[in-house]
Amino acid sequence: MRALLVRDLRLALRAGGGFGLGLAFFLIVVVLVPFSVGPAPELLGRIAAGVLWLAALLACLLSLDRILALDFEDGTLDVLATAPLPMEAALSVKALAHWLTTGVPLVVAAPVLAVLLNLPAAGYSGLVLSLALGTPALSVIGTFGAALTVGIKRGGLLLSLLVLPLYVPTLIFGAEAARRSADGLDATTPLLMLAGISAGVLALMPFASAAVLRVNLR
Amino acid sequence: MSLWEYANPVKFLRLSERVLPWLWALAVLCLVSGLAWGFFGTPDDFRQGSTVKIIYIHVPAALMAINGWFMMLVASLIWLIRRHHVSALAARAAAPVGVTMTLIALITGALWGQPMWGTWWAWDPRLTSFLILFLFYLGYIALWSAIEDPDTAADLTSVLCLVGSVFAILSRYAVNFWNQGLHQGASLSLDKEKNVADVFYHPLLLSIAGFVLLFLALVLYRTGTEIRVRRTRALRARQGAGG
Repeated sequence: MRALLVRDLRLALRAGGGFGLGLAFFLIVVVLVPFSVGPAPELLGRIAAGVLWLAALLACLLSLDRILALDFEDGTLDVLATAPLPMEAALSVKALAHWLTTGVPLVVAAPVLAVLLNLPAAGYSGLVLSLALGTPALSVIGTFGAALTVGIKRGGLLLSLLVLPLYVPTLIFGAEAARRSADGLDATTPLLMLAGISAGVLALMPFASAAVLRVNLR
Repeated sequence: MSLWEYANPVKFLRLSERVLPWLWALAVLCLVSGLAWGFFGTPDDFRQGSTVKIIYIHVPAALMAINGWFMMLVASLIWLIRRHHVSALAARAAAPVGVTMTLIALITGALWGQPMWGTWWAWDPRLTSFLILFLFYLGYIALWSAIEDPDTAADLTSVLCLVGSVFAILSRYAVNFWNQGLHQGASLSLDKEKNVADVFYHPLLLSIAGFVLLFLALVLYRTGTEIRVRRTRALRARQGAGG
């Protein structure tokens, strides 16, 4: 398992893969927001938490097809399927690698970009905490979407159509937690719900992902 | 003699051919009488005026939108567990009907909301979760049409339907938490005293029955079509292989 994780991380870092691209996309979306809604600081401060969450979600979505597509093409997945490691574990490791290369950098970058959007000072801890709790769910759900569409040529758009509705609950609770803490309110409930979603999908989603991947490798 | 006998496509087709004319007739009868009774036979509400009559389309359509997904869920489970092709095809056949029902519910709701709430759309929990259900239907249909191999497509869409159901329910509660609503409570429920007045209640029941029958008829009909499409394709493949 560790070998697989190290391999995935190394590939992502060396091949100029999702690591830099996801972050750059996150940056660009956030920079584009003031151009579309205007530079008024109070307006930006009010929408900052939601915009950052949405941008993080989109950046995550963008890098999903890299989780499995390349391994599917060069046959690595077939090797994994016959390996003693159960498919569920392999996919969990892949989701973890995706989170480490996409989710974690987003969490680290978010407070920096929040400055650009004039996020109220009270909101930083809530933003970082909610992203840290929510992005694992995004990676795990995304792995399911990637496993679902791995056999389809040019499945990128379909992948977004399938995954985005699944992201709704995570986005609602995550953005709600970030917004509440930015408004100086108590964000415990949405944070707990968010952690619950993450824990739930971490436990259950690999089974669904492995099931559809087995079908696709049949 | 058990229900599973109809997993055989031939038997299924024979049965559905016998049942379908009756279903169509009953559906049309219920719909026409229910809607006509509703539209012309009931008084205008003293606050809502004649817009109240949208209820005869809105409520049944919304009901069938949710039950349509539920039917797909059951059919998907049957496919995953017992591998009956008819079941997978029935799920496939139900999706476009369900998405149409969802759209009808959303549009009639908007038409009613404009004069009553003063807005076509509000980010109310019920409205929003219906919109999300609509997206789930779209994704499901898109996945069916994206995959060539029918068995793979049936497997993948079935799992998507299961996962989607969980997330649809999750979204329903998340949305509830996110925004308090404008939409009134359930018009009909099993455990409460009914909160629709008697004059509106009976024609409403009739049009709900009409929508249920219409849904069944459409799904049966479309399943039959899917079976024939599959059979035609198999025949063609065999011909092609034979030279």
